[in-house]
Amino acid sequence: MIIKCPYCGPRDVIEFTYQGDATRQRPDPASSDQAAWSAYVYDRANPMGSHREFWLHSGGCRQHLIITRDMATHVISSVGFARDAVASVKGGEHP
Amino acid sequence: MTASRLPKGGRVDRAKTVRFTFDGKAYSGHPGDVLASALLANGITLFGRSFKYHRPRGVFAAGSDEPNALVTVLSGSVREPNVRATELEIYDGLVTASQNRFPSLEHDFMAVNQLAGPIFSAGFYYKTFMGPAIGPLRSTKVWMFFEKFIRRAAGLGKAGVTADPDHYERMNAFCDVLVVGTGPAGLLAAEAAAETGAQVIIAEERPIAGGSLLASVELIDGRNAAVWAREKAAALAALPNVRFLTRTSVWGYYDGNVLTAIEHVSDFKPNRTKGQARQRYWIIRTGKTILATGAFERPIVFPGNDCPGVMLADAVRRYAVEYGVATGNNVTLFTNNDSAYEAARALSQAGVNIVAIVDVRADVSGACIEIASSAGAELVLGHAVTGTHAGKTLSSITVQHFNAQTGHVSGTPREIKTDCLGVSGGWSPAIHLASQAGGKPEWDEDLQAFLPPEPNQNWVTAGSAAGYMDTVSVFSDGATKGSSSKAKPKLPSVDAPMFDASPAAVFQIEPAAKSQKAFVDFQHDVTADDIRLAYREGFHSVEHLKRYTTLGMATDQGKTSNIPGLAIMADARGITIPEAGTTRFRPPFTPVSFGAIAGERYGDLRPHRLTPMHDWHLANSAKTYEAGLWHRPMIYGSHGETVEQAYVREARAVRQSVGIVDVSTLGKIDIQGPDAGIFLDRVYTNMFSTLPVGKARYGLMLREDGIVYDDGTTWRLSETQFLMTTTTANAGNVMQHLEFYLDCIWPDLRVHLTSVTDVWAGTAVSGPKARAVLEACVTGTSVDNTTLPFMGIVYGSIGDVPVMICRLSFSGELAYEVYCGAGFGTQVWEALLEAGKPYDIMPYGLEALGTLRIEKGHVTGAEIDGRTTAHDLHLDWMLSKKKPYIGSAMKDRDGLADENRLSLVGLISLDNQSINGGSHIVSDATPREPADSFGHVTAACYSPALGKYIALALVKHGTSMIGNRAYATDLLRGKHGAVEIVSHHMFDPEGSRMHG
Repeated sequence: MIIKCPYCGPRDVIEFTYQGDATRQRPDPASSDQAAWSAYVYDRANPMGSHREFWLHSGGCRQHLIITRDMATHVISSVGFARDAVASVKGGEHP
Repeated sequence: MTASRLPKGGRVDRAKTVRFTFDGKAYSGHPGDVLASALLANGITLFGRSFKYHRPRGVFAAGSDEPNALVTVLSGSVREPNVRATELEIYDGLVTASQNRFPSLEHDFMAVNQLAGPIFSAGFYYKTFMGPAIGPLRSTKVWMFFEKFIRRAAGLGKAGVTADPDHYERMNAFCDVLVVGTGPAGLLAAEAAAETGAQVIIAEERPIAGGSLLASVELIDGRNAAVWAREKAAALAALPNVRFLTRTSVWGYYDGNVLTAIEHVSDFKPNRTKGQARQRYWIIRTGKTILATGAFERPIVFPGNDCPGVMLADAVRRYAVEYGVATGNNVTLFTNNDSAYEAARALSQAGVNIVAIVDVRADVSGACIEIASSAGAELVLGHAVTGTHAGKTLSSITVQHFNAQTGHVSGTPREIKTDCLGVSGGWSPAIHLASQAGGKPEWDEDLQAFLPPEPNQNWVTAGSAAGYMDTVSVFSDGATKGSSSKAKPKLPSVDAPMFDASPAAVFQIEPAAKSQKAFVDFQHDVTADDIRLAYREGFHSVEHLKRYTTLGMATDQGKTSNIPGLAIMADARGITIPEAGTTRFRPPFTPVSFGAIAGERYGDLRPHRLTPMHDWHLANSAKTYEAGLWHRPMIYGSHGETVEQAYVREARAVRQSVGIVDVSTLGKIDIQGPDAGIFLDRVYTNMFSTLPVGKARYGLMLREDGIVYDDGTTWRLSETQFLMTTTTANAGNVMQHLEFYLDCIWPDLRVHLTSVTDVWAGTAVSGPKARAVLEACVTGTSVDNTTLPFMGIVYGSIGDVPVMICRLSFSGELAYEVYCGAGFGTQVWEALLEAGKPYDIMPYGLEALGTLRIEKGHVTGAEIDGRTTAHDLHLDWMLSKKKPYIGSAMKDRDGLADENRLSLVGLISLDNQSINGGSHIVSDATPREPADSFGHVTAACYSPALGKYIALALVKHGTSMIGNRAYATDLLRGKHGAVEIVSHHMFDPEGSRMHG
């Protein structure tokens, strides 16, 4: 698998570290809702098809990326910096 | 079967002789021969014994699809097993041996396994060894007893036990177009691709290009087909944008158009150049792949089909045309399609005598009849072979009337004398790589074969791999697939009669009364009856069939057995072959040696991390050990001391006077930015934004799930800069953890992280005389209790080296950590030793460091084991109630507040015996198995401060157990002793010494 890092260019997957599901939302840090935290920490969907994931370019620029990848074919349809994507979702406010 | 070299023909160089041995006997052949053709030319027809039944087996195919003729190549003490004789090029001095026979190929004791045939049927292992679940015959023990005998009886070649002296290379390559295969389709596809200016790699698994053209008697552009192919290949290889690899088998197709190949660089050479690789492992990243991998002929399954002398019709033809070898004096062909007649034409031209052609079809075309007649072969239409007669090799076949529509066998058996039977059951496109690349193969009714799936990456199949079976359409398809233009390509002319490529849908001959086994998978000895048995026992899906019978799971990956096996299962189930489906092919397409994949990567490949003072440690008799990647002093050995004596001496010196230890390995992360304090408040359980500049604080991190993650001190160097230290083992993980939160959870925080572990050298100075030592050597700052209080930081110099000193203690003594630039580590270390001379300062290693912290009850990775909570480790006091932090919500869930959890305690040996790390805590005064464990020892030592053997342990109801007696038991190493459970603060619980 080749990942097109927006900073370093196309690189082999061995340079990257998988960092988990990028679709889950971290609950409000002050919340003690155990069900919400449990879902965030443990529950994972395993969709056949498109999925969003965090990858760290650990052997390169050490930036976290958000990758949209098809779980059945491994075809990557989009790659971007996680910081940009997360910041835009949150409108600059951290939870 | 009486094989011999024909008077003429083949591309072997008859002017030269090559000498080699097989099973200790010397033979000769010619350059251009493979082992199979050379042995056949010498009249050898028995090549090996079969996997389970030890039946005599001959050569069956002429390429990578060979299931039977596997040999071991011997070279000095090195042996390479399971090499296909059909691909092994002979060279002077080649030493080969047959496999799976005892004591010899001709006389094999294990052939008695044949008599036990019904026992070794499908699922043999499962049935035989699924014994009673309990009692002396319970299954695993039975299996373990018999396994070594069965493994010896059933198997392939033996692997060598000595180190491989050869070396291997890896190569990364990039191209626009990769063409796999150089038959008529591959050559024209490569030519068309090269003409566009693309960078092209061409890979051919055989020594020379040409594929099917090598055994063709067609004229291409008026020339001999093999010669035409050779010239076309040479012209391609000469192009600057083409890399032409022969003896290169492409064996894996991965995501992102990454393909893997093995090139045989020198293993076919009698004398290898020194330093030359034996094989080269290619990783090819390509824009587009053209799979011109050809097609495999498949057999028809019939009783007695495995005796030497029965082989594929195309193999008979290839030995005659390519190597000038007749595989028999009186050859018979058995077919369900027209390609056998092409073979007959070629054989006849090569001078091979054909007795008869047995065809399951009642009618064949005029061209077929014409070929049979001109070859002088009897045409036996509407018949099938229903049995063979053979000793060690074929002497005659039995044929009977056969209805190709119903599969019904009838009529009186008739015997035909023949010593070689060439079988053709039609052709299957070699879709292995296409199948690996993804997708479901599609069944073609016309070809009675699976065609490649729809591409899901940038690849195409061309030629017979795409289902085109005659040379004219193969040329056309190859040229079209290689080109990017729509223009009609100019094609070579082909002088050959056109045949119908579609076979009759006949895969097996099953006479009502049969006395012989009908084999499907020769290499794993799977019969048609095994498949029917699997059906009756409920293993219907092809995936179950494969695993239950091991059909197609041998080193040939079922190249000849796949379709016949599916056909028999489909027939048993009363469904069609596409309804039965097919399994997905997996890499490797052909066997690959581990050596080639490893390349130069063997031995210890880990980096070795050394501290700046490493050379000093070695020069001063340190015994080191590895802690993760780091090499750290364990003890500084004096002559005649045991490890325990050495660490006790070192630890005692620290408590009594002063010692120094190298702490450069601690993880160090420079954290800068206006939001650094907020960031640390969120990742640590305690407050850091309130920490004054010039002070350090001990911090604790949890994971999101509430379990303790790491600990360490973090120093505030300015309003916007902190230096975080982490445990040595966890440094990389903590860095990644912090990066994740900054990038993915809190991208709004203005914080930057830099790993500075290797930038600083660190030395801890510990003991009652530590301050005196610093006072003697530090300039530019005072180090008294006012200027440098507990957890304070000062800057100064030692000699002319700037240092940063923080007063903190892991040992429980008055202690300081002195940090300087890594390049000055040894200089500062030696200056501290010099300053400490009046106090008999002593360097100490990890064992003493561990002893000091065990005495104090300080935790490390042994207690922060990924299962313990802050409460378990009595670190609740570090959990802030004023703010949320990572893990703050989940640390309170029910399971983590359970009263039955293990918690940290100290242990003191009551019998003055050492306590083994890992011992279980039990209540039994004598060792018992199994015992009810209620805890375990995490670290143990002899404590010079207490004069006792002590340990830290995680024990159920820990705190309320204090004062009780228990036993530390280590059944593995035979140790059992009484201990008293005490507080983990075993020495100086008030901490008066470090605050002094």
